[in-house]
Amino acid sequence: MPGAKERELRRRIGSVQSTKKITRAMELIAATRVVKAMNRANDAKPYATQVTGVIENLTAGGAQASHPLLRNAEKVERVGIIAITSDRGLAGSYNAAVIKAAERQLDAARTQGADYSLILIGKKAIDYFSFRNYKIEAQYTGMSDTPTYENAREVANTVVDLFSKGEVDRVELAYTEFVTMGTQKVTVRRYLPLVAMATVAAEGSGSGEAIAEFAFEPSPSGVLESLLPRYMESRLYSAMLEAAASEHANRQRAMKAATDNAEDLIIKLSREMNQARQASITTEIMEIVGGAEALGGEAQAIMQTIPEYTEGTTV
Amino acid sequence: MQVELVSPERITFSGEAETVRVRTVGGGEIQFQPGHMPFIGVLQVSAAKVVSSEGDQIFAIHQGFVQVSGDKVTILSDVSERKEDIDVPRAEAAKAKAAAAFEADPGDGDAASALRRAQVRLDVASGVLPA
Repeated sequence: MPGAKERELRRRIGSVQSTKKITRAMELIAATRVVKAMNRANDAKPYATQVTGVIENLTAGGAQASHPLLRNAEKVERVGIIAITSDRGLAGSYNAAVIKAAERQLDAARTQGADYSLILIGKKAIDYFSFRNYKIEAQYTGMSDTPTYENAREVANTVVDLFSKGEVDRVELAYTEFVTMGTQKVTVRRYLPLVAMATVAAEGSGSGEAIAEFAFEPSPSGVLESLLPRYMESRLYSAMLEAAASEHANRQRAMKAATDNAEDLIIKLSREMNQARQASITTEIMEIVGGAEALGGEAQAIMQTIPEYTEGTTV
Repeated sequence: MQVELVSPERITFSGEAETVRVRTVGGGEIQFQPGHMPFIGVLQVSAAKVVSSEGDQIFAIHQGFVQVSGDKVTILSDVSERKEDIDVPRAEAAKAKAAAAFEADPGDGDAASALRRAQVRLDVASGVLPA
């Protein structure tokens, strides 16, 4: 009969084992989703590169930089902060790191005497900031897992709107950059204003051949006017895709660690359980032996009637 | 010449072509042939026609830009759909919905552009280049 301790350990091993099954499944799911997210990020690259290229050509063609998105405020009254996090946890430090970076921006803005506007993507950031009574300008859920271009446009439009109306004078974008499978890095980028078209050209590895003399329709500035909002969308879209890939990569790693831990725990608990079982068996034998001794010769006589106890059983 | 149709989520078309016809904002239809001068223009919600030796291909373009430089034509658009990829019943439903919204409020710009997009989709799907 298993002792109370042994039973308890057996129950715990069972529960760790089922947890391990779950974390293992999540690890595998995350692994396939990283690949998908990476492919999506790669598919989005040509567009981003081309848009940057066209902007370079426009700059070379003498587009006038008087667009509202290029407005560089002398005094920053309010800083917009976009944070891209996930809706679900279990992704290691993925969300915490982005939230910390965003909060640092917020504190920096406050020490400079500026107000802030939070634009949050993902339930984790929303939970964090609303719990701490920060005021949230706009919040989005359900898009960080597999962002679509429509999602990016929705957010970008809100931000561009805020900026054009002069409600924010600067916008920072905090997200996780997907460097490689093994490395993801929390990054804070200046989203608005577009300091100068030159920086736009310098920032991206556009494909523009700035030497060519372009004809524009309707005019360089006209093209720029309709192109810049696209550029903002495309930048946000790339950031969201990278963040999604990073999220899945982080989750995969976190779940791998959890699975490994569960394995270690199972080994440890099984050893403990074996020990407990051994101890209880020893106790039982001791009890039998003790009992037999107490009964004296009578018991010995009884035991000798059992065939296995008689030596040299040649019946 | 090399033609590429790029939208944010993927490359819709990439290949050789003889001419490309698109519709720019305010400028009407414009057709590019090899050796066209470098050009950047804003496109309307309209159909684009790519003529190549393998036959013509028509795409629905939902706003975007065209850049011609050297022997390369690049069409950047939010959405570009191949004729075969258009979901006709869905476009028809969208058209009916947009038309109703537009009728209720003729000042509704969103409804007007939704109507136009649906119409272009249907035109492209039926193979008729809109005038």
